[in-house]
Amino acid sequence: MKNIFFAVVALAFALGLPGVVDSSHLNTVILVLMAAQLGVAWNVVGGYAGQVSLGHAAFYGLGAYTSTLLLLKFGVNPWVGMLAGGAVAALLSLAFGWSCFRLKGHYFAMATIAVAELVQIFFTEWDYGGGAVGLYVPMDKQGLLWMNFATKLPYYWLALGLLLLTLAANWWIERSYLGYYFRAIKDEPDAARSIGVNIARYKQVALSVSAFFTAMGGSLYAQKELYIDPNSVLSTALSVKMALVAILGGVGTLLGPVAGAVILTSIEEFSRMAFGGSGRGTDVIIYASLIIGVAVFYPTGVLGWWQGFKSRRLARADASRQMAAHATSVAGKEVV
Amino acid sequence: MSLLEVKQVSKRFGGLTANQDVSFSVEAAQVVGLIGPNGAGKTTMFNCVAGYYVPSAGSILLDGKDIAGLPPEACARAGVGRTFQIARTFTSMTACENVMTAAMLRQHNVRKARAAAMQWLAFANLARFADRPAASMTISEQRRLAVVRALAIEPKILLMDEVMAGLNPSEVREAVEVVLKIRDRGIACLIVEHVLEGIMPIADKIVVLERGAKIAEGTPHEVSNDPAVITAYLGD
Repeated sequence: MKNIFFAVVALAFALGLPGVVDSSHLNTVILVLMAAQLGVAWNVVGGYAGQVSLGHAAFYGLGAYTSTLLLLKFGVNPWVGMLAGGAVAALLSLAFGWSCFRLKGHYFAMATIAVAELVQIFFTEWDYGGGAVGLYVPMDKQGLLWMNFATKLPYYWLALGLLLLTLAANWWIERSYLGYYFRAIKDEPDAARSIGVNIARYKQVALSVSAFFTAMGGSLYAQKELYIDPNSVLSTALSVKMALVAILGGVGTLLGPVAGAVILTSIEEFSRMAFGGSGRGTDVIIYASLIIGVAVFYPTGVLGWWQGFKSRRLARADASRQMAAHATSVAGKEVV
Repeated sequence: MSLLEVKQVSKRFGGLTANQDVSFSVEAAQVVGLIGPNGAGKTTMFNCVAGYYVPSAGSILLDGKDIAGLPPEACARAGVGRTFQIARTFTSMTACENVMTAAMLRQHNVRKARAAAMQWLAFANLARFADRPAASMTISEQRRLAVVRALAIEPKILLMDEVMAGLNPSEVREAVEVVLKIRDRGIACLIVEHVLEGIMPIADKIVVLERGAKIAEGTPHEVSNDPAVITAYLGD
């Protein structure tokens, strides 16, 4: 009941928000939504299934490049391109899984970096795909049908819609047998096998679903920014950011990445304002300190910290009630 | 035909032979104890039956079907349940969710899996822990939870690896009761155990391993009077 109320309030807030913010802040809000969507998508494999990938930019870039190349070279509608990008990324995730899931923990994470680097190098060298120069998205066809707008506001709705879609998928996964299997794999892979969970298969399912939604985010980015190059959609820094959004907010929780995206994007925008347009370096320093801070003090992320805070407060309230009850009973005895 | 037939199974790790030509069988609804001194190869044998190791030689028949070399998840599906020396419960889940995850092997429907899990928890007197995080339970409770989790895959045979180790006498009694209840449901139990007081009174058969080879097999009474076994345990 409380959750439904919370969801309604959040949705009303999201619906009303464009009415109250000006266009430059609206762009920041869109960035938050897009970062949140990526964190939520990353969370499927990195959070629920516990396979920390630092190569998700490969899926993102593949989504961006697939829809853009299809539109540019063949005139394919970007909505179709977005789905095609998801499919191509899910396909690449098979190669990812095949090569990386043999490794565990940190070694898996490192292998994903390597595979993503290979993808980035490929696109940098691939002349047909624009090479290092990148690709411009044509603007001749505009409107909802072509996912192309002269103003920011429609992108707000698209980003919000994609975030809600990704959240809905996660919500469904969390409650289905897949969610249980993913958590079992994360907690105790050997025990998961003993109860019949084919861990290789289900890790791959998690990765493919995650890749699909990450690629959709990439296509949306391309349609919004109207320009992509290997550095903007395939860089390792981007992969780290996706992971960080989820880790900061709370891995393996539905809304953790949304909280993480709000915090991280605010920091990013703040550092851009405080240290100027070339604030890229400061971003990275702040990210790094955040990773260390979260790992040391709040390994469960902001949402985990909040839940812990709530349960501690409940426990304290319980304890003081018991103390009070005890005090009255003792007082009662003394009277007798 | 026996439920489980282990035929001349050997397992070598490089130059080390952990199991050498071991053969024994387990009938349906039978409790069989697998005992032996430290390093006798009991857990290796277990891991071969449950699919965690591929035997170097020999065959393992479950209901006449060779399961040697199948991966653990296929062995589980075929009807081999197992527990580990440490409980390995899923610590991010509640007790009920632990068992539900196992029940999902037979059916993916979450609601039905929950109903099945609650029945299994009640079976082992763990129903009151259903909504408690598994991580908050004691070692003995977690071990019992791991047994319940293994039962929820509806196995034909349950392999239990030292479920009684480190338990106090009343906890051993509880564990023994659970084993007998499992047997009464028609599920065979193959138990690796160091606590001989726990296993001897309830086993229908004892298999003794030493240095990877079987040195004795028989009723608990026969085995405990076997000179080879006494030598293995107490030395010459």
